[in-house]
Amino acid sequence: MPLNRPTPMHERCDILIIGAGPAGMAAALAAAPSGAAITVVDDNPQPGGQIWRDGPQVALPPLAQQHRAALAQHANIRVLTGTRVVGLGARQPTDKAPALLLEDADRGWTQHSHRIILCTGARELLLPFPGWTLPGVTGAGALQALIKAGLDVRGQRIVIAGTGPLLLAAAATATQAGATVVRIAEQAAWAALAGFAAQLPRWPAKALQALTLLNTGVRANTHVLEAQGTTQVQSVRLRQGAHAEETIACDRVACGFGLVPNTQLGQLLGCALGGPLSNGQGLAVDAQMRTTVPGVLAAGENTGFGGSERALVQGAIAGHTAAGHVQQAQALRGQLARWEGFAQALQTSFVLNEQLKALPRADTLVCRCEDVAYADLAPRQGWIDAKLHTRCGMGACQGRICGAATQHLFGWTPAAPRHLLAPARIATLAACGGPAPEDPGAAPPG
Amino acid sequence: MTYTSNTPRTVQIAVNGVPRQVPAGTSVAAALAQQPPGTTRTSVTGQLRAPLCGMGVCHECRVRIQGRIRLACQTVCAEGMAIDTDAGNAPGSAMPCP
Repeated sequence: MPLNRPTPMHERCDILIIGAGPAGMAAALAAAPSGAAITVVDDNPQPGGQIWRDGPQVALPPLAQQHRAALAQHANIRVLTGTRVVGLGARQPTDKAPALLLEDADRGWTQHSHRIILCTGARELLLPFPGWTLPGVTGAGALQALIKAGLDVRGQRIVIAGTGPLLLAAAATATQAGATVVRIAEQAAWAALAGFAAQLPRWPAKALQALTLLNTGVRANTHVLEAQGTTQVQSVRLRQGAHAEETIACDRVACGFGLVPNTQLGQLLGCALGGPLSNGQGLAVDAQMRTTVPGVLAAGENTGFGGSERALVQGAIAGHTAAGHVQQAQALRGQLARWEGFAQALQTSFVLNEQLKALPRADTLVCRCEDVAYADLAPRQGWIDAKLHTRCGMGACQGRICGAATQHLFGWTPAAPRHLLAPARIATLAACGGPAPEDPGAAPPG
Repeated sequence: MTYTSNTPRTVQIAVNGVPRQVPAGTSVAAALAQQPPGTTRTSVTGQLRAPLCGMGVCHECRVRIQGRIRLACQTVCAEGMAIDTDAGNAPGSAMPCP
């Protein structure tokens, strides 16, 4: 028995919410009147998620401010920012939901609960192209997030590329912050964009938002070919239509190809995928936002993309359900149906061009953690085969970037993640790895 | 370091031992970018990398902060914070390691 064995750390709550974006905030606020002990966990320094990200260069919208103020007013809601789920904890017999291993900057512990609401949002689909590993190349939402967090882009020339409404939002943020957005390259055709815009009056708030984002630098049917530079990006090559090419000098390239639902934690817990949106890649939920695993609910972009309005409604339904208020949850179904329609319109308007699969060259890295090139992956049979032979997906990000990329490039389905979900400190595992002392059925420490 | 009762408008950090002033609330990733190209780590084949996803997914921005490996994009600069990159050194070295 080693000396100085760390004391296992265990904490308990009734409802554990993973993610403090719109869905997570709405879930907490809906569940709060029940008096349940609610813990909200988020790995960012502030609540708000991506869309309501706070920072030194941010004026938060009133709705975001209201949600944050309301969270702070409830004594039974505890918000833990800078806290990450790193894996599975040892479940105790009294727990009605799986136990999770959490870690912040200082410590790690096992969090026990009776209900878990997964509000883990979505990440950007980042596709490999020559030069995408150069400093200065980021995602489009990434550029927005970095600017909100204080990135100084004054006087910089920025090219934004990829697909979806996020490109316009990123351009607006960059322009406000003093950058010159020299080009927005949208891969979808004008006809698709016009079709999407024509539907917007069905959701007046969205139509207004779109007006504020109008930008004359937009080129449709245009995609990135290559980012060029020596120690950082200096120019970008774009293709418009079938043949036209242009090279633009720039300081940054922000390139995002849409969103990928963050389903890893849900999959680790055993939740099935297959929501009707996002090509079935989101977590499957029923009308009460329950996943296929007892005690585990999900809400927001991890069930499919539809923006913050849909996330707020789903979050509220999940919060009511977790608190046992079925009628209040049911009352929101009409609202949800309205925003599901918007999600459908998004999904059908920004379908990825097949040409994007041809962007990587033989030496273009696909897995940036393990530096695995396209040519090494192309002959592999699938995700597991690629992992075993090339270490693709086995680095620090655990395949979050290259898994989605290879799904697009090769049609591979990334395997469900296993414990651990993210790099964790050994001290966290030492403190939490053992069974809980109160757990009568637990095996003795080895 | 001296702390005042008022919230400071800037904080002083040290990047690879070099002092820098940054606006309060700035993320470490944004602070590193003040000195272009703002690289954070050296890849396994020796390439210099900088933040990619900006939201804690890709781990390209991992650096050593106060002796611990953390993500620069999810860490806010604090007064006196010591940030060490391994850019230009062996992958994962992020010197010094206390």
